Amino acid sequence: MFNRIVSGIRSIGHRVIESIWRLGLASRFFMLVLLKSGTSFRRFGLVIRELYYSGVLSLIIIVVSGLFVGMVLGLQGYETLQKYGSESAVGTLVALSLVRELGPVVAALLFASRAGSAITAEIGLMKATEQLEAMALMAVDPIARIVAPRFWAGVISMPLLAAIFSVMGIYGGHLVTVIFIGVDEGSYWSQMQSAVDFRFDILNGFIKSCFFGVAVTAIAVFEGYNAPPTAEGVSGATTRTVVTSSLVILGLDFVLTAFMFRGVS
Amino acid sequence: MPPKTLIEINDLNFSYGTRAILKGINMSMSRGQVIAIMGGSGSGKTTLLRLISGTLRPTSGHVRFAGEVVHELDRDALFSLRRKMGMLFQFGALFTDLSVFDNVAFQMREHTSLPESMIRDLVLMKLHAVGLRGAQHLMPAELSGGMARRVALARSIALDPMLIMYDEPFTGLDPISLTVIGNLIRRLTDVLGMTSIVVTHDVQESLKIVDYVYFIADGVIAAEGTPQQVRDSIAPFVHQFVHGEEDGPVPFHYPAPTYQQDLDLDPKEMPVV
Repeated sequence: MFNRIVSGIRSIGHRVIESIWRLGLASRFFMLVLLKSGTSFRRFGLVIRELYYSGVLSLIIIVVSGLFVGMVLGLQGYETLQKYGSESAVGTLVALSLVRELGPVVAALLFASRAGSAITAEIGLMKATEQLEAMALMAVDPIARIVAPRFWAGVISMPLLAAIFSVMGIYGGHLVTVIFIGVDEGSYWSQMQSAVDFRFDILNGFIKSCFFGVAVTAIAVFEGYNAPPTAEGVSGATTRTVVTSSLVILGLDFVLTAFMFRGVS
Repeated sequence: MPPKTLIEINDLNFSYGTRAILKGINMSMSRGQVIAIMGGSGSGKTTLLRLISGTLRPTSGHVRFAGEVVHELDRDALFSLRRKMGMLFQFGALFTDLSVFDNVAFQMREHTSLPESMIRDLVLMKLHAVGLRGAQHLMPAELSGGMARRVALARSIALDPMLIMYDEPFTGLDPISLTVIGNLIRRLTDVLGMTSIVVTHDVQESLKIVDYVYFIADGVIAAEGTPQQVRDSIAPFVHQFVHGEEDGPVPFHYPAPTYQQDLDLDPKEMPVV
């Protein structure tokens, strides 16, 4: 019994030490990626190629999800607001929900599942098939040539995808409430225009999506680069990317919201 | 005239933690030679290649390549030294997102500012040397194992290196591809005047093409000599290896407690195998 308790405590300690060690490794790796980003900016074509894979290929899922989330928000918002005779405020509700929260957060979660997992799997497989080692032996630094362009492409894509998500959501809300239900179009747009503030709402949403972009792609490239070079290792790293990114996005969102919207009525 | 010796390895030791992989290795490799390094799986052959290329640092001793001690170089000097080396990985390690042409052109585009028209000519020359000029537009996924290794060979000679290291180049090849790869290694070494190190356990194929053989066992050089000396050797280890015998100096059983201990038997009872 006593031995079991001791070994339990020991295993908790071991996990804590391992997590801290891994966090340190990730921080060092992140600094290396930043330091070796020169190539990405000198040869921006490398980043543009990755922008296509991370950003453009994620468009479908972002557009469709944004549209449906906006439609659901419109329906639910209308359902509640009409009880109080304020259905004309549904545009405001849809826009603020999307621009402040759902746009950056849901787009980031989708981005982590679609592009983050793909980045991890690609880098992990390149490692497993010795492509990264071959590159290093050709005197080409894999962090500068492979990792950094993917990182910056993710960082650039994320705010753009979040913005597209929000815009599609607003059109989705418009489709359901104005076109299908018949809410006045003028009040849908004008109330939205007067209630949505550029500084507090749009800019803060943009800043959030930038943070999420950095977090998701940093996790994705780190997991890929440090994946054990086996099929099991790569699949585990891909799963970890999605799980860790999702948790980090939700945690970061709370912290950022607490800072950004403190005292804003 | 450059000195004849390209690589000198002196008293090289390497350990992973407390597990010693290489113990006091001494080797000398001349320009224009094909050298085979043979030994059982896990004997430290690939580790030796990694020490030569500077991917790993020795615990003690050193590797001197073209007069420079590899592990003492800083990152930039090491990278410029690596431009004089090529490496052929076991399964080619071609970049799967690039075509055959772009794989071979990769180093030229990364390290030189040659115009694209000249790169095209050079790539076609390299691909012609390995017989795959016609496959320039294919993607790595469309190549057979032997073709992938030939493309990787063309890629590794892209910048005319002084040394090429081959990690198990014959594994998993059909007899025709085996002969093709073997002959290419010999021919390219002779034509380009470089040095080739072939890590392999394919005794028969490699003895046909190499100039000198080192056998590594338990982290030390167990035997060495020319192909003829190896064939004629009566040393137990060399004999076991060359003739593929199951038991000998390299035991069939991995070190373990006695069989009785593992099965919790009375020492007097002997299990029937």
